[in-house]
Formats: sequence, structure tokens, C-alpha cells
Amino acid sequence: MQFLTIILLLFAVAAAAPVVVRFTRDWSGWLLALFPAGLFVWGITRLPDVAAAPLLERVAWIPSLGVSLSFRFDGLSALFFLLITGIGALVVIYAGGYLKGAPRLGRFHAFLFLFMAAMLGLVLSDNLIALFVFWELTSITSFLLIGYNHESVESRRSALQALLVTGAGGLALLAGLILIAAAAGGTFEFSELLQRAEQVHASPLYTPALFLVLLGAFTKSAQAPFHFWLPGAMAAPAPVSAYLHSATMVKAGVYLLARMTPLLGGSAEWHYLVTFAGAATMLVGALMAFAQTDLKRLLAYSTVSALGMLVLLIGIGTDLAAKAMLVFLVVHSLYKGALFMVAGSVDHEAGTRDVRRLGGLLRVLPFTGAAAILAALSMTGFPPLLGFIGKELMYEAKLQAPAAALLLLASGVLANAANIAVALIVGIRPFLAARERRPAGVHEGGIAFWIGPLLMGSMGLLFGLFPDVLGEVLIEPAAAAVRATQLDVDLALWHGVNLVFLLSVFTVVLGVLLFALRRLARRFAGRVRWPALLTPTGLYHGAVGSLPGAAAATTRLMQNGSLRSYLVTVIVAVLILLARALLSLPAFPVEWTLEGVALYEYGLVLLIIAATVLVLVARTRLVAVAGLGVIGFGVSLIFIFYSAPDLAITQILVETLTVIIFVLVVARLPQLRKRSSFFTRLRDGTIALASGAVVTALALLAAEVQFRPSISGFFAENSLAQGFGRNVVNVILVDFRALDTLGEITVIAVAAFGVYALLKLRRTEDEIPDDLSASDEGKEEST
Amino acid sequence: MQLLLAILSGVLFAAGVFLILRRSLMRLVLGLIFIGHAANLVIFTAGGLKGAAPAIVAEGARQLEQPYADPLPQALILTAIVISFGLFAFFLVLIKRTYQASGLDDLDELDGRKG
Repeated sequence: MQFLTIILLLFAVAAAAPVVVRFTRDWSGWLLALFPAGLFVWGITRLPDVAAAPLLERVAWIPSLGVSLSFRFDGLSALFFLLITGIGALVVIYAGGYLKGAPRLGRFHAFLFLFMAAMLGLVLSDNLIALFVFWELTSITSFLLIGYNHESVESRRSALQALLVTGAGGLALLAGLILIAAAAGGTFEFSELLQRAEQVHASPLYTPALFLVLLGAFTKSAQAPFHFWLPGAMAAPAPVSAYLHSATMVKAGVYLLARMTPLLGGSAEWHYLVTFAGAATMLVGALMAFAQTDLKRLLAYSTVSALGMLVLLIGIGTDLAAKAMLVFLVVHSLYKGALFMVAGSVDHEAGTRDVRRLGGLLRVLPFTGAAAILAALSMTGFPPLLGFIGKELMYEAKLQAPAAALLLLASGVLANAANIAVALIVGIRPFLAARERRPAGVHEGGIAFWIGPLLMGSMGLLFGLFPDVLGEVLIEPAAAAVRATQLDVDLALWHGVNLVFLLSVFTVVLGVLLFALRRLARRFAGRVRWPALLTPTGLYHGAVGSLPGAAAATTRLMQNGSLRSYLVTVIVAVLILLARALLSLPAFPVEWTLEGVALYEYGLVLLIIAATVLVLVARTRLVAVAGLGVIGFGVSLIFIFYSAPDLAITQILVETLTVIIFVLVVARLPQLRKRSSFFTRLRDGTIALASGAVVTALALLAAEVQFRPSISGFFAENSLAQGFGRNVVNVILVDFRALDTLGEITVIAVAAFGVYALLKLRRTEDEIPDDLSASDEGKEEST
Repeated sequence: MQLLLAILSGVLFAAGVFLILRRSLMRLVLGLIFIGHAANLVIFTAGGLKGAAPAIVAEGARQLEQPYADPLPQALILTAIVISFGLFAFFLVLIKRTYQASGLDDLDELDGRKG
């Protein structure tokens, strides 16, 4: 129960957060951070167990559907667990400083902890359906976080955009997960699915399942062409960006791909789709980042690029690539979390995020500046930081890629160079250069502002100096989970002067060159105007913008307010369903025989049919009523012939009344006339004839079908004995089913009241003066 | 006779459907009555037809002896006849009121579509 307890605990903290914030105000961040920090420490103590075998735990949830809250804590889960709780704790502290005194800080912390719980559930889930539930929970909670400044239109719009893109991907993911379970014979448990990977691969459902799962992962991890929601989500407050875009939300897609590698990976489709999406995203993100001037947008696009690199490495699919992916995952989480916080601090203190208006900040923001420089150096891949090891591993993995190694390597160098330029623009230049641009009155905002970035920046340095610790304790078990086999991970800072090292040096030179050319790039990017429908953002806005119109058109079509078109829809739909069932019968089980039909019976039926035709063609009201009477009395005769005297009596009585009322009322109604076009009559006639045919078939079939034994025998036996009546039909109505009859009488009484009320209403309106007569009033209303 | 009654139900139902798809309110009422007849006949036919054997316990007998016409569908139809009469009466008065108030007996014109 330990993992379920952890998640429930975080949900409880979320619920309690507003109260905590109300009572502890400025200290709330520090206090609340104790929970993720405690979990982080707990996670570290569990690492030795994980190295041996994954910890499994299962709590039944919906056993009938094979859905359980089962958890799996293996190397990959542990790595993400530590990132989520560790960076989570720092983000909570940072948020306490950044949003100090904000009126909705309590709510913010509640959302943040909800998100953290969902994220932990996602990386711990062993059951695919539970995983999906947590996946969607992260989408919803990130919507709440991104839209935190709900007064701002921009903020609401980007929150909705993130929700729609990741939510749509989530639906695709659900379909994909269900297909996987179907391909594997019905289990949703990942641990069991792992044993059946070959069965899944061999199934015809594999390809659609793969597409759908990839769609889910790509939308979540902002892979091109779904990358546009991520820069949009920059409308969120800095702590949200630091959390969502470094270690959590956007990494969920990467996590899913890594998790699914042993199950779905290894095929050509997987290899090409994942590699291509990753490579494209890596380049698009890097090139778009390079031309930005807003600190957060620079970081956002470089995050897109980094996500592309991670996905690309998963696509390559070698042991080395898995190793490189995991190391770079840690590298990126650390430096990106730090840089987003730094950007938030700078914005908070200097009041601008425009890099062109920032400079010389190190002197006034010494701790933040130190953190920024450490993180930026890690981002450029400068030794002795962890980023250097990450980049070397990445190049090595691309060099040894089974296909298109050179192409991947070249695009990797280009993307890395652009990212180096971004690192220089974001993390180095505002702090070291151009002192004359330093905004006035800037000073450190307090320990909560810089402790997080500084810790993360230092971790990059620490792991760079002692990579063994990271490699053995974290990367090795995680790589084992991704590759589904034991791997030996041996990280080292220095590999000597080899091809990869030369590539690193070349990349840095190229990056510095790009940095020098940044103004040119901005001017170029400012000029290019893509046609709106060619960009993903344009397509998204086009699709969302056309929704109200599509909804209105559907409503006009389906709910046009015309009774007859509703009737046609209902009748035709029922007809199609019934006709399908009738036509699927192997043979019609009823004999078509007219044997033994007496002449008077023919005569009676023909008379009724003739009267029906008369009503249909009647031009005067009275003829129609007369025809109706003939039909009613004819039906009464049928009842008499076939032993139903009570029915006949009732029918005759009702028919007499019907005709009398009709004649009385009809005199006040206009004459019948032809009003519909020939086409409409033809259409309605066709529908009518088809329904008549179906009813005939049903009447014949129904006589042959007996689903349950008839209960008529009971009435026949007990009518006299228990109901003390000889007329069985009457006894049924007034004794055995007396309550039904009571209901029937009630209906008649209500109808009678209605009739009375309507007639009485007329009398009062008669007293209204002539010039305000009822008909004129009604005409006005109807127009 | 079963076949004949089945066909008759079909004819009545078809006429009913055709009439309820007309614009005239008066024809709408007629159509409802037709459909009611058709439904009653379907139940009646489906219950099995037996001539000259009403479900009445003979004098001196303790219970109904075979052959007898099934009393259950008859009880159902009896209820249906009465209910549809209530519906008919209410609907007719409603039409009358509508016509009095608006001078219209046309569904489309009442919707404000035409006219």
C-alpha cells in the first residue's frame, strides 16, 4: 500500500494547502516543501531494493474490468520519482517566494500538489488504465496551473490550448492502450504485458496501437507538429514553467515512450516514426528558439528542442542511446528547471524578460547569477559539468546509430549549436555583459528565489565531477528498465581526445558563432510571415475557431424545431434497425396462408382498407370523420369475431364518442387541403409503406415468438377462485392488475381536466373586446 | 386470417405514419388514431386468434377450460383503447384552442416557417 499511500498523501496535502497557506503565510512554501522533500529522501532509501527487482503493489479497483491500482517501482520509475519530488520540493519553495502575498497562493499550491500526485501516479502505475487516468489528471491539473492568472485572456487561451492538444492526444492514447491489451489477450497490467511483447508485435492490432500511443506521447511531449502548445503555456507563472517544462508534464511523453520501449519498440515503424519525430522536433525547436528575445520563450523553444533530442534517442533504440537519453534527461531537468526559475526571478526583479534590455545582472543578483551560469554551462555542454557527459554520450549514440548515423549526427550538431547560443543568450549574457543595460533597483529577492536554481545548478556540477554515483545508482537501473536487460553504465567525464570530443569542440565554436549572429536571425525571423494555415498554430486556431460554426450547423440540421423532421428521423432510424433484424433472419418462419378465411372476413378487411383510403384522400372534414368511424366499427367487429366481447364493447363506445366529439370540434376547424409538394408526399408515402411492411412482418413474427412461458394460464385458473369473477379480462383489469387500471383512470382524469381547462379558457377570452380578439393576438406571437 | 389481420395492421400503420407526417394538425390527430388501431391489432393478432371462445368462466366451472382466447392481450388492448381515447380528446381540444388562438392549423405556419 505504500505507493497508493504516497499518492493519497499528496492529494490530502493538496486539499490542506489553502489552510496551511492561510495560517503560515510566508512560510507556507518551506512548510509544504517538506512533503516532496521527504518523499525524495524516502525514494533514495528505496533505491538499493529497486536495483535488485522492481517493487510491485496491487490494489483492486475495478476488478470486473481488469482495472487495478497497481504500481511498479523500477529503475525508470525511481528516476522520475526522484526528479518529480526533488524538483517539486524546490519549485514549492520557489513558488512561496515568487508568489508571496498573491491572493490565490493557497489555490496555487493545491493545484501544484494535485499535479505532483498525478505525475507520481503516472510514473508509478503498472496498470495501463490507471496510467491513463493519471495521464489525464496531469493534463487537467496543468490546465489549472497554466491558467492560474485567469483574469488574463492570454493565460486562459494558452491553458485551453494545452488542454485541448494534450487531451486529444490522451484520447488517442486510451484507444492505443486498449488495443495493446486486446492484442495481448486482455490484461492491462504492464508487468504481464512485458511477458507477451512478442504476441503484441505479431498481432494485426500492433500498428494501429503503436500509432495511437505515439500520438498520445507526441502531443504530451510537444513533438512537432504538436510543439506549439508548449511555448504558449509560457503564460503560466514562472514556478509552473519551471516544474511543467523541466522534469514533469512534457517529460511524461518521454516517460511513456521509454516505458513502452520493451513492449512496443524494436519494430521498423517504431524506429522510423520515433526517430523522425524526434529529429524534426529537435531542429524546429532549436532554430525557433534561437530567434526569440523573450527569456521564457527562448527557454520554451529550447525545451521543445531538448524533448526532440530525447525522443530521437529513444528512436535510435540502442543500449548506448538509452543510456544517453537517461543522462540527458537528468541534465536537462536540472538546467532547465534552474533557468526557468532564474528567468522568473529576473522578470520579478527587473520587470522585463526581454534579453535586449538586460545586462550586468551578476553584481546585483549574485546567487541567481551563479545559478544561471552553472545551468547555462551545463546546457552548453561545457566540462566539467554533467551536460558535457550528456552531449558526449548523445554524439556517441548517434555515431553508432544503426541507420542514417551521419544525418542524425549533423542535425544533432546543428541543434546543439543553436541551443548553445540560447544558453549564452539566456544564462550568460544578461549576467556578465552589457552592464550599461542593467535595469535600476534590481536586488536579490530572498533565499526562496535562489536556493532552488543554485541547488540544481550545483547538482549539474557535482554529477559532472562524480558521474559514477549518478551512473550506478540511477542510470543503470533505469536503463535496465528501458532495455529490459541488465546494462552496465559507466559514466566518465574524460574520454580523451577522440572524434566525439572534437565534435563537442566544433559544436561549441559553431554555437558561439550563432550567438554572434543572433541579431541577424531575429531580423530574418521578424520578416518571414508564414501563411496561417501552413503553421500548426494556424491550423489549431482554424480548427478551434470553426467549432462554434460546426456546432451551430449540426444544431440547425438535427434540432431544426420541425416536428415532422424529428418524426421522420425517428421513424426511419427505427425502420432501419428493424429491417436489418428482419432481413438477417435465415428464412421467414411464418406460412403465408389465407386458408380458412371466410368471405365476410375478406369483406370486413377490405371495407376497413377502403375506409382508410377514403380518409387519406378526403378533402372535406366530414368525409374523413365518416371514414374514421367505419374503421373503428370495423375493428370492433374483428374483436367480436375473435372472442373479445369486452374489447368490442369498449371500442364501439369509444368510437361513438370519438365521432361525436370530432363532429362537434371539427366544425370549427378549416377544411382539409393539399399543402405538401409531390416530392414530399412521395417521400412520406415511401416511409409510410416501408413502416407498414415492417409492422406486418412483426405482427406475423410476434405470434411465433414466445420468450417466456405465458402467464395467461394463471389468470385462467385463478380468475374465479381468487378474483371471484367469471369474465377473466375484467378480473385482470380490476383485480390482478388493479393498480394499472388505477393509473389508467388517473391518465383519463388528467386528460379530462386538461380538456375542461382548455374549454374554460376560451370562455374567459370571449369576454375580451373584439378589437383585441384572441386570433389577432396569437398571430402576432407567431410571427 | 392471421395474415389478413397482419396486412390490415400494416395498412393502418402506413396510413397513420403518412398522416402524422402531414402539416395539417387535423391529419396529425387522424394519424395518431390510425397508429393506435394498428398497434391494437398487432397485439391482438400476436396473442393468437380464436373464434367463439371468449375468456369467460362457464357457469358451474371452477376455472377457464380450453379452448379459450388469451385474456392477457385483451386486457392490454382494453387499457390502450381507453388511454388513446383520452389522448385523442385532449389533443383535439388542444388543436381547437390553437386554431382559435392563432387561426392556424398548419404545423409549419405555427413554427413561423411559412405563410
